[in-house]
Amino acid sequence: MWDNFWSRSWTVLTENSSFLWDALQNTLIITFAGFALGLVIGTILAIINANPSKGIFSRIAKGFAWTYILILRGTPIVVQMLILFFVFLGPQGVEALNVAILAFGLNSGARSAEILRGAIGSIDKGQLEAGRALGFSNFRTMQKVVLPQAYKNAIPALGNEIIALLLATSVVGFITVIDITRGMQLIVARTFDVLVPYMLLAFIYLVLVYILTLVLKFFEKVVFKHGK
Amino acid sequence: MENNVIEVKNLVKKFGKLTVLDDVCIDVKKGEVIAIIGSSGSGKSTLIRCMNGLETSTSGDVLFNGELLTKGNINKKRQKIGFVFQSFNLFPNMNVLKNVTVAPKTHGKFQFPFTQKWKKAKQELNEKALEMLEKFGLGDKAKENPNNLSGGQKQRVAIVRALMSDPEIMLFDEPTSALDPEMVKEVLDAIKSLADKGMTMVIVTHEMKFAKSVADKIIYIDKGKIIESGTPEQIFNNPQCERLKEFLSKILD
Repeated sequence: MWDNFWSRSWTVLTENSSFLWDALQNTLIITFAGFALGLVIGTILAIINANPSKGIFSRIAKGFAWTYILILRGTPIVVQMLILFFVFLGPQGVEALNVAILAFGLNSGARSAEILRGAIGSIDKGQLEAGRALGFSNFRTMQKVVLPQAYKNAIPALGNEIIALLLATSVVGFITVIDITRGMQLIVARTFDVLVPYMLLAFIYLVLVYILTLVLKFFEKVVFKHGK
Repeated sequence: MENNVIEVKNLVKKFGKLTVLDDVCIDVKKGEVIAIIGSSGSGKSTLIRCMNGLETSTSGDVLFNGELLTKGNINKKRQKIGFVFQSFNLFPNMNVLKNVTVAPKTHGKFQFPFTQKWKKAKQELNEKALEMLEKFGLGDKAKENPNNLSGGQKQRVAIVRALMSDPEIMLFDEPTSALDPEMVKEVLDAIKSLADKGMTMVIVTHEMKFAKSVADKIIYIDKGKIIESGTPEQIFNNPQCERLKEFLSKILD
């Protein structure tokens, strides 16, 4: 079974290079676009949750944020994606790739919200008071003072999130998107060779995660240049 | 009383069952420097925090220029009430220059970025900030991150930050308590220079000598009540009540 493993791997890669390249692009697009969307959603939810106001609007918004996070963290991403695609958006003619981005963005948003909530909570209360004492509203204090510091503190956790997201995108084949996993499955189906494509697949994910880790390390180094 | 910058009227503050401030009344006249002294836990920090709404009172009013401070106008009024914290609370996500310009920039008239007007406004603001930093001996620190400054420098930056909005009154909440002893003087000198220019100020402090030399009026607070107030002469040389005498003997030994 392991005969000529390396040469067979090379053949699989070269013979399917453009096909696999497209598949890889889909994986990366879903990962990064989903993460970006998740960060926007997470920020909005975190701002809602950090608002000290006890007014009626704030309470309603907090209830919404709580429910959102409960549902999106409490059900599998695959199930969310299947429902979004087959029940809601697929029948409307929305492209599967876009549905995948949306699904992963919505899902990641719930987790990013929790990460940012923790990061906001870790900012010294004096920072908030200093902002308020300068005459900033709650929102302005968040925008100018608290969030920039919170994002910085959250970088390691957000790095984990993007890596987890990358690996989780391997299920998008469920809704007909051809990512790198689905791509390899198709090669398996065509060639009846199970070993090589799947080993290659694992290796590709490993390399991607390794590169991401390096990039994140570099990023942290630049951002934390001045110390905390 | 159009001369009063801040009036505190029958202020009561309770944290749960604990009464921290009990029926406190203070008038701060224009140009006056008031020092608030008292042992720790006496409520003096809570009092000064109530003066700009960082704490909301349980009952009683705080008036700024004769106008009641409310939830609706507090952000506007705070722009004219400078506040300096014990722990500096500079923003570590900005350099010194941005720390001191962020408030006037945010509160100033909106300009579309990168237009001529925007550039001019930004330049004028930066020049004003640099001039002010220079005045407080921080001219070469404009581009530094606040984390890289000494405690005394941080507190002076915090003072400049509060001054940049041209406040009508400055409130100091134990401005030297978090400092190493050798840095206390530079901050006190900075505060003194403001007093000499006629700035209206309220200072919560443990530095009795400083209070004596800079204040027009000293207020002694104990257990949330104003026990005695008067000129530095009266308070330090001729204290009336026992508690103040005891406090002074402890602190001046």
